[in-house]
Amino acid sequence: MQHIWIVLGVLFVLLNIAAGLIWLERRMLAMWQDRLGPNRAGPLGILIVLADTLKLFFKEDWIPPFADKWVFITAPAIVVASVLMSFVIIPFSPSIIVSDLNVGILFFLAMSSLGVYSIVLGGWASNNKYSLLGALRGASQMIAYEVFMGLSLMGIVMLTGSFKLSDIVNAQKDVWFVFKQPVALVIFFIAGVAETHRLPFDIPEAESELIAGFHSEYSGMKFGMFFIGEYLGVTLISAMTATMFFGGWLGPAFLPPWAWFFIKTFAFILFFILLRASLPRPRYDQLMETGWKVLLPLVLLNLMVTGAIALWIRG
Amino acid sequence: MFSHIRTIWLTFLHLFRKKVTIEYPEEKVKLHPRWRGRIVLTKDPDGGERCVGCYLCAVACPVDCIALQATEDENGRRYPEFFRINFSRCIFCGYCEDACPTYAIQLIPDFEMAEYNRQNLVFEKPDLLIDSQGKYPGYNFYKVAGMDAGVKQKGEGENEEAPVDIHSLMP
Repeated sequence: MQHIWIVLGVLFVLLNIAAGLIWLERRMLAMWQDRLGPNRAGPLGILIVLADTLKLFFKEDWIPPFADKWVFITAPAIVVASVLMSFVIIPFSPSIIVSDLNVGILFFLAMSSLGVYSIVLGGWASNNKYSLLGALRGASQMIAYEVFMGLSLMGIVMLTGSFKLSDIVNAQKDVWFVFKQPVALVIFFIAGVAETHRLPFDIPEAESELIAGFHSEYSGMKFGMFFIGEYLGVTLISAMTATMFFGGWLGPAFLPPWAWFFIKTFAFILFFILLRASLPRPRYDQLMETGWKVLLPLVLLNLMVTGAIALWIRG
Repeated sequence: MFSHIRTIWLTFLHLFRKKVTIEYPEEKVKLHPRWRGRIVLTKDPDGGERCVGCYLCAVACPVDCIALQATEDENGRRYPEFFRINFSRCIFCGYCEDACPTYAIQLIPDFEMAEYNRQNLVFEKPDLLIDSQGKYPGYNFYKVAGMDAGVKQKGEGENEEAPVDIHSLMP
């Protein structure tokens, strides 16, 4: 019974965070651009979330006659489902975790790879050249960055000797992994930004080049699902960064463990928004080149050095 | 790489800057005295209408939003029988003010003219006429013009000499 409550609670909190990020992102982007942002509806403008959602619900839910109907409908669901599945293995606190799988990290990587299907299928089913271009870009970008997203976490797995996320958090009781694996952190975060195709790596959407990329043809709540998927992805990568590198729920005892987890996660969500506010989008070939020619050798080198030191210490 | 980090840091510092947003309904925009907003018809210092119904504003108007009909009173003083400005067409260019020979039509710093009904944007003469001299206090067209329209006698205007006595031989 308690298990069901945890599942429902996690789902409730996550969907609310994803919706609240609409407000947080617009507010913070405005602040960083010397504006104020939405501040009219409700206290500090937080009810803009409600207004935006209502607007999306009342919009015409249009399926283009030239689209592949069933694939078109399925695609937005895939992104939300796959990202929500990843949250299964996130330890919010020692007791609040849906399932502490012993293949935790692999499960996370697998589920985040499934997310690429929504981009490819959405772009393909739209039957629109811009959508297809966006989908192609999305697919190649996500495949490229997935490779070393996984590899960057392997250093931690080596040091911990476990794929289980609760083991990884407990291994950081003395020193957070950010001090042992700084290169891995940077690469994981860059890959995470590319995975969630957030700015500056929003190549699949790239509104100045591709209208809205893979979701050009989507409207109403289907578009909203892509949006929720994106915000959930941001939350997921932030939560993973906090768990893997910044000690997850660990922190001084004056706050409960879940509070430490949320503070750390929100710090990274804010960093995501800051990245969007500050950096321009790279060219497509530059993105792929950095991925394969710089980050991949770097992460392999990091892996090699980590392995060597780990072996040397163990003697 | 360093430049990226610097960019991110500088953007972050903007959080503490003063915001440029003016929170409009509570905080008004500062408008300059010659800001071109709502159009009014002013009156001369004696309380008479300045407009002489010359149609120059209607001709100058690039969107043809001004309509008027001139008429005369028993003294021969011209005034508009009706004066109508359709503000839903007006582009606030100020050409009418430039064209006006009597400083009658003027644009004032007021832009808050939103209406629910489009017809309410058509202003008639009572809506346009204000009890003020606007930007040119003390100016009365009929006191500088040579014509007698019940405001002054011949030769009594400002900067006007008495008419030449054609029956006298003196210069």
